[in-house]
Amino acid sequence: MGEEIPAGCARPTGGPVGDAPAETARKQPEQKEETMIRVGKKAPDFSAPGYHKGEFVTVKLSDYLGKWVLLCFYPGDFTFV
Amino acid sequence: MSIDSMFTHKMWDEDELGRMVEGGVPFPMLSDAGGKVGTVYGVYDEEAGVEARGRFIIDPDGVVQGYEVLTPPVGRNVNETLRQVQAFQLVRESKGGEATPSGWRPGKATLKPGIDLVGKVWQVWKTDQAFD
Repeated sequence: MGEEIPAGCARPTGGPVGDAPAETARKQPEQKEETMIRVGKKAPDFSAPGYHKGEFVTVKLSDYLGKWVLLCFYPGDFTFV
Repeated sequence: MSIDSMFTHKMWDEDELGRMVEGGVPFPMLSDAGGKVGTVYGVYDEEAGVEARGRFIIDPDGVVQGYEVLTPPVGRNVNETLRQVQAFQLVRESKGGEATPSGWRPGKATLKPGIDLVGKVWQVWKTDQAFD
């Protein structure tokens, strides 16, 4: 699932979708450390570029509404574990 | 999802992961350069510039049902993640009528919370059911 994007020289990036707290977070660093994740609450939506079965795609979390999603983060490609 | 670019993901899938899993990684490998998404999810380590091993179970309504975050050297237990998804699916299908006690896995008894079960769990659930 996701929209295909062409491979160019630019490195596309994604980010949270919707309300952007970035500016206020910079002014109030004490709130920056606080995680916004709570069980039983909505997962923050985001859009991110990626690679999927031979294609570069853009994936939006909210495109998966109606399905169970496992969202996994990891330290980096080629990092052994 | 990691801070690597989609180009690095392609190389890792083609050069290494595709040799472990036939056909390569079946799900999208996402790029979070800068750690913006990881920051929102509380897994981005600004000092190291990488993301911890965070795993979030998100239900069909987009609600976080559970998560686990590990530091980089220890890998996940995929079976345990799948067990949790199966448990959350059962609870959802029962519309909250059933709950899965400690040690539950598919096929084992669930609990039906209600006034009759208050103080009576010891009659229907034994501690050895937590282990197997």
